[in-house]
Amino acid sequence: MTETLRRPEKVLMKGNEALAEAALRAGCRCFFGYPITPQTEVAAYMAKRMPKVGGVYLQAESEIAAINMIYGASAAGARVLTSSSSPGISLKSEGISYLAGADLPAVIINVQRGGPGLGGIQPSQADYWQATRAMGHGDFQVIVFAPSTVQEMCDLVRDAFEVSDKYRVPTMILADGLLGQMMEPIVLPEALDEDDLPEKPWALTGTGGVRAPHVANSLCLVAEDLERINRARFARYEDIKRDEARAEQYRCDDAELVVVAFGACARVVKSAVDAAREAGIAAGLLRPVTLWPWPGAAIEGLLDGGGVVRRFLTVEMSMGQMVDDVRLTVNGRLPVDFFGRSGGIVPTPAEVLEQIEELAVTGGDAA
Amino acid sequence: MNPSTTSRVIFQRPRGLTDAPFSYCPGCTHGIVHRLVAESLDELGLTDTTIGVVPVGCSVTAYNFFNCDMAQAAHGRAPAVATGIKRVHPHATVFSYQGDGDLAAIGTAETVHAAARGERITVIFINNAIYGMTGGQMAPTSLPEQITQTSPYGRDPQTAGYPLRVTEMLSTLDGVALAQRVSVDTPRNIRAAKRAIKRAFEYQRDDRGYTLTEVLSTCPTNWGLNPTEAIAWLQENLAPYYPPGVYRDIVADGFQNVAEAAAAKRERLGETK
Repeated sequence: MTETLRRPEKVLMKGNEALAEAALRAGCRCFFGYPITPQTEVAAYMAKRMPKVGGVYLQAESEIAAINMIYGASAAGARVLTSSSSPGISLKSEGISYLAGADLPAVIINVQRGGPGLGGIQPSQADYWQATRAMGHGDFQVIVFAPSTVQEMCDLVRDAFEVSDKYRVPTMILADGLLGQMMEPIVLPEALDEDDLPEKPWALTGTGGVRAPHVANSLCLVAEDLERINRARFARYEDIKRDEARAEQYRCDDAELVVVAFGACARVVKSAVDAAREAGIAAGLLRPVTLWPWPGAAIEGLLDGGGVVRRFLTVEMSMGQMVDDVRLTVNGRLPVDFFGRSGGIVPTPAEVLEQIEELAVTGGDAA
Repeated sequence: MNPSTTSRVIFQRPRGLTDAPFSYCPGCTHGIVHRLVAESLDELGLTDTTIGVVPVGCSVTAYNFFNCDMAQAAHGRAPAVATGIKRVHPHATVFSYQGDGDLAAIGTAETVHAAARGERITVIFINNAIYGMTGGQMAPTSLPEQITQTSPYGRDPQTAGYPLRVTEMLSTLDGVALAQRVSVDTPRNIRAAKRAIKRAFEYQRDDRGYTLTEVLSTCPTNWGLNPTEAIAWLQENLAPYYPPGVYRDIVADGFQNVAEAAAAKRERLGETK
């Protein structure tokens, strides 16, 4: 490991490159990927850096091959990373299901673009449902982090590796093309040593003739056994839900209208909230940092916290997906509205402010 | 004389196999090939440093049978999984064990590209020209006119295309150190298959490149034949279409590894000047 990699440093970095550098500093020495806009800088950065730090960079023949190389490398005990964008993530979904079924950790980056199908290459958040509801077939979840700044692109990668290894659950960084392509000054953390990485006594390493064989496997042909395994995994999910859900609140304490937004979209909302405050509207931003586990407790806290909040507005770069979770949490107790732009369009602060003003008026009338 | 002092073990289960009973049908040749793989690893002293990858198909549960670390792969993806393992543990012996549907249909891309990269893995390819586990459907290697559940009137190449000769196809690739086809239809051929499989593992040990060993195999259950008839069907139909032999062997060609062989080929083609 080079000296420059080891110490913390302040740099100006593109989001995609921050993801890659953060992974290296988190001890990841194994990257398998396939080019796709707008995440290709992750692969390009890894192609340049991995040979310098004695790691593995391999451009696979497909996303499908890449995620299965990840499966093998993770089973072999390495901290592994793959990266793609929406259509490529769909191709990886089979492999992600296998990772989940075999209880293998891995970090998967999705720098989202507009869909469905080939869609476009502009920023989007339309893979929310996929990431939180159906990242593959079968009973499983992946942990999903949603960075909102380039600094968070860096910080959450390290967290993603830590929780993925801790719970043996595949973990996703759900970014978007805006975060991937933008540059911001960030502080890179000190790099982890190999000694800092968690031990993986379950890994495939060869028995050495001193232990029983290890098996990485998701097959279980006896229904009762498979149910037992799934229940055990879901018991782990309960721990994750209890301990790992994260959200950031901005000017929520006295907010009557709370806007819920994540990722790049939350940056826009933050500006709109500030503008609304200047216009005398008590608006706030609740930003889920983890999308699964869903930080419903943060919303509950607002609902139970003295009854100041009177309605919610969810803003997304999609036709409306996370709004389902907001509505499930609010459960009819307050109105939950939605505003979104689709196809790769990032809403402007003025558009969001307009929505806030409209609802503030309506909300006032209703009261 | 006390028999216990004079008797000696001349045949036993290889250390490379567990004592789990095989799950295969009577007359199926999976068991023979499993044994040849395990014996080869044992004889080369590699069993304890081996990691195997099993496919989706009849041998999906072979992680119960091989006495080494094992990964079960998604359908067709065993070469990609093996690649991931080998890149993390370059000094381990890594093999994949795959059937014809797994390797030559759904996993064709992974198969071709692992070979093209010259991954240091040993691929054991069971070709019995039919899907076994799902109950006898047409495989990419099913023969023209072969009747299966999904080619009930016989495989018509006009509509179902032609069978893949995988070993011949892969033998054209620079990353391949050894591409060979064997059969396990007679004791003599089983011995030859054992030598071939052992050589494939030696090539991996010696860091020569990718190796493919195709094994012509039987599926009495889904061929609708008894084990004896199945052997005859293999000999009369499968072997003529898929002739056993060595299709590429860089050592026989005078090279140490695929890099040397590829460089010589480039020079021969005049690309380097």
